[in-house]
Amino acid sequence: MSAKSGRWKGRWKGRWKEHWKEHWKGRWKDEWKWRWEDLNPTFQAYLLLLPAVSIVGLLFGGGLLLALGQSIGLIGIMGDGSLSLAAYQQVLSSRAFWQSLQLSLYIAIVATALSTFLSIGLAVMLQRAGRWASFACQLTLPIPHLVGIAGILLLLSPSGLLSRVLFSLGLIASDQNFPLLVNDRANLGVLIHFVWKEVPFITLILLAVLRGIQPELGMQARALGAGPWQCFWHVTLPLLKPGIISASLIVFGFVFGSFEVPFLLGSTTPKTLPILVYEAFTNVDLNQRSVAIALGLMLSLISMTSIAIYLWLGSEKPFGRWFGRSWEAQNKT
Amino acid sequence: MTRKIVLLLIIGVLFLPFLPLLIWSFAQGWYFPQLVPDWTLQNWSDLLTTSTKVGQGFGQSLVIAATSTGLALLVGLPAGRALGLRNFPGKGAIKLFLLLPIIVSPLATLMGIQFILIRLGLSGTIIGVVLVHLLPTIPYMTLVLSSVYANFDPDYEIQARSLGASPIQVLQQITLPLIAPGVVVGALFAFLISWNEFLLTFFVGSGRVFTLPMVLFTALQGGNTGLSSAIAITSLLPALIFLLFSSRALNDDAAIGGLGNV
Repeated sequence: MSAKSGRWKGRWKGRWKEHWKEHWKGRWKDEWKWRWEDLNPTFQAYLLLLPAVSIVGLLFGGGLLLALGQSIGLIGIMGDGSLSLAAYQQVLSSRAFWQSLQLSLYIAIVATALSTFLSIGLAVMLQRAGRWASFACQLTLPIPHLVGIAGILLLLSPSGLLSRVLFSLGLIASDQNFPLLVNDRANLGVLIHFVWKEVPFITLILLAVLRGIQPELGMQARALGAGPWQCFWHVTLPLLKPGIISASLIVFGFVFGSFEVPFLLGSTTPKTLPILVYEAFTNVDLNQRSVAIALGLMLSLISMTSIAIYLWLGSEKPFGRWFGRSWEAQNKT
Repeated sequence: MTRKIVLLLIIGVLFLPFLPLLIWSFAQGWYFPQLVPDWTLQNWSDLLTTSTKVGQGFGQSLVIAATSTGLALLVGLPAGRALGLRNFPGKGAIKLFLLLPIIVSPLATLMGIQFILIRLGLSGTIIGVVLVHLLPTIPYMTLVLSSVYANFDPDYEIQARSLGASPIQVLQQITLPLIAPGVVVGALFAFLISWNEFLLTFFVGSGRVFTLPMVLFTALQGGNTGLSSAIAITSLLPALIFLLFSSRALNDDAAIGGLGNV
């Protein structure tokens, strides 16, 4: 009896399953197809962007919020859950912070400006040079910063290769006479490293933009009587401008927040902001943890502000471009 | 002619820092003012000993870079498609938002993420490091792929669909083959960014995740110049492969142009 009912049950179950499979097979697919392809294209685009935006938002935005919570004592090891701005007071009232801020801005501005100017020249020069040349100039692009730092230390330090060459040529009497280029007060080593590393990066971006410019534009200008310099100034440069802005923006942000380069190649005092953060973060005194985070947040805030200023100065219609109202106009060009 | 000389000079200067690294990696006690050292292979054979942690670092770097590249590709492909092919309100703002992690200093973010990672038991693990490596890799991947898609004609897809291909067939036989070269560039780019990353690993790895840059950093501070140079040159391996394989693709302006249009 029980065996019979079991078999019956099994058979019923199987048929029931089959029935539902049949019932949903076409429908499920149709439903899905109907859903995706009939969606508003704008909504589709947002859905496609959702994974990337939410991961970046979670990691970056979430990280920032957690950092903020820790810096004001709401969460964390030392925080007792009550709001406190002590960490910020300590940061803002310390002389080291203002000196470091000055140094970091100096390095970032000088390195970005130098690399950008050199890259514009190099990109224009490479535009008509062979492919081998543009390839060779991309050499430092995939190189880790640490390898560049090691190479520059061994090249430019007082006992480095350059100093040895000058000595054997009789140009300097001892390694003491070689100018201090690494760990120096002016941070020349840091600047040299960034120019060496970032010029190929900016050049690569600018070359891509240059190759996209129709040569007819330049020819027309020349036919209308413009000299090569005028042609560069009034035709090429304005067309390059968006590329220049975005490339130098990435470089500025990177240099401003860079840790290992000034740590190993820079001056010992004052230190750049990221080094200050690192020292507070690794301090044995756990109270310094919230100071480190407050410093880090100031660093983020300053770089976001400088980006905003930079974009605002760079665009003809400040901010319009970024907040979407002009996207139709942008699309037409 | 002068243009050629200037170019050769620039290329020479770009090469210059590699010269002392190469010499040092084969040198034994190379003191000032010697121009040429006593040659040795000691530094290179030292790399193979476990105490230098180079083998371990190489393996961990490889795992971390490959995983974060794969994950970045997974979310970068749809995002790149939306940014490359569609126009919608707020596009500029979304692009800027995706760019924030590579422009804004990640230090504060890292310390915030570290707070959660410690509670999840992921601080000092490879998973934690992969997670923070997504911060720079996703934006770069998305930007490169968006310009790859901008040069892709979606009419091919529509045609294939109207001829009866299923969406998956279209993806496999039309879309992926057409965007493959750009995808390779994006993947190589992301892989290198993760491979070269120092700061993120340094903060989240808590000294327990030893990628190759961490090994190099420790060696540089340790002061063994010969060994550091050998490690430095070893860590160039993927970069060299990148240059070899992408020499054509890098000149593919479509892929890199994306960075110039943010």
